[in-house]
Amino acid sequence: MVYGNPWSREMWASFTDEQRAEGFRIHNQLRDSLIASGELIMSEALADPSTATRVTARENGEVVTSDGPFAEAKELLAGFYLVDCDNRESAVAIAARVPEAAFGLVEVRPVMDMRGLEM
Amino acid sequence: MTDVEALVRDLTPQVLGALVRRYGGFDMCEDAVQEALLAATVQWPTDGLPADPKSWLITVASRRRIEMWRTESARQRREETVALREPPEPGPVSAVDDTLTLLFLCCHPTLTAASQVALTLRAVGGLTNAEIARAFLVPEATVAQRISRAKQKIKASGTRFTMPPPDERAARLAAVLKVLYLIFNEGYTATSGEALHRVELTAEAIRLTRQIRERLPDDGEVAGLLALMLLTDARRPARTRPDGTLVPLQEQDRARWDGPMIAEGVALITATLQRAPVGPYQLQAAIAAVHDEASRAADTDWRQIVGLYDVLSSVEPGPMVTLNRAVAVAMADGPRVGLDLLRGASDDPALQNHHRLHAVRAHLLELAGERAAARTEYELAARRTLSTPEQRYLESRAKKLR
Repeated sequence: MVYGNPWSREMWASFTDEQRAEGFRIHNQLRDSLIASGELIMSEALADPSTATRVTARENGEVVTSDGPFAEAKELLAGFYLVDCDNRESAVAIAARVPEAAFGLVEVRPVMDMRGLEM
Repeated sequence: MTDVEALVRDLTPQVLGALVRRYGGFDMCEDAVQEALLAATVQWPTDGLPADPKSWLITVASRRRIEMWRTESARQRREETVALREPPEPGPVSAVDDTLTLLFLCCHPTLTAASQVALTLRAVGGLTNAEIARAFLVPEATVAQRISRAKQKIKASGTRFTMPPPDERAARLAAVLKVLYLIFNEGYTATSGEALHRVELTAEAIRLTRQIRERLPDDGEVAGLLALMLLTDARRPARTRPDGTLVPLQEQDRARWDGPMIAEGVALITATLQRAPVGPYQLQAAIAAVHDEASRAADTDWRQIVGLYDVLSSVEPGPMVTLNRAVAVAMADGPRVGLDLLRGASDDPALQNHHRLHAVRAHLLELAGERAAARTEYELAARRTLSTPEQRYLESRAKKLR
């Protein structure tokens, strides 16, 4: 998971076109290599948090929406890679190749699944 | 699985083996065989079975293989490469059994576990990419990539289609058994109704293990693995409720266990333990047999299970063996003794934060009557597990202790 915060968004805004192109290039390269290795399930970049719509479903069936993300959260999800790899070490190695990892904005978390052992 | 599908899957390794022997080039032969299998599953149900299904498949796959060879050489000519290749010489259909050679190739040590699994299911099991993708809940393109990458790696490693040399055979067989066990577990641990395709994996793993056993009848670990799979799978009808929640072994309705399967597994492991050098799969099968032979949970011979875990922890020690042994000791000698063992086990870095350590401790604390401490441990375990059904189970245990 790749996060963004006010500081990282400001930094992105200060980047030159070349610097941005370089960032996209590294992401594309990572994506291609994960497809080739058969590890990528999917990857998406999310639109800016300002485009978010917060949804509240009331018990009476009424749906209330409000603009913008959760105000209290500073770190917001900016995008993600869903990979199926052998172990956590491989996942961490992949995460380290995400350019945002240079700024400490990348987190690895396992996915829950429906498999289970009786206790 | 329909009869045609079953027949086609059984013939897959023989057809592929014949093709690789005749034309060489495992990667292209494997593609050609897949296309022949597909043609068979489309044509046979409507046109009826050919007189000799195996020859039919070999003929269709050969034709496809030669077409590929022509396309490939045309492409190479266009690219002006100077690789001169001998035209294929169709030889007689090999009578040699190729199933083992194929399994060794598909579980080649240079491949990742995921690739070994995918390639084995396709090249030996005769499953399509789509079937493998559904079973493992990954996109079909991911499976296709894993297989093509695995084939490239095998090609690059220069591995020939022959049995590994005798000094490597034991290690390579162990890798094959591990892959089959992985396939089995992927199917066995599936819990929800929508996971029907995954459940089929247990049948597939058992079928492939039976095939190895036919070829290596004297190998104790092959027999042990087959027995372990049978004795475990026999409990599947009782291990989940219709809504996908897990039923612990102690609470399972044992009348729903598969009796004939248990009988086969027990006979197999009993005979094997008497004559073969003991190994981890045999010991795990023996433990499963002790559980399966108790018609009520209270009748379980925990003393014997402790003994088997003692041997297992000297043959193949591991964090899960330590935990399971502690449970068995607790059941035989009381929860306090088990909890003492856990205190030692929690120094193991592999276990320290493992949900299973917390789950076992919770269970033993509950047995010891320490409800509050048990609840805390159940809650910790529930937070740490990566399995939704386990989480539901652990949360419900914690809730009962409130």
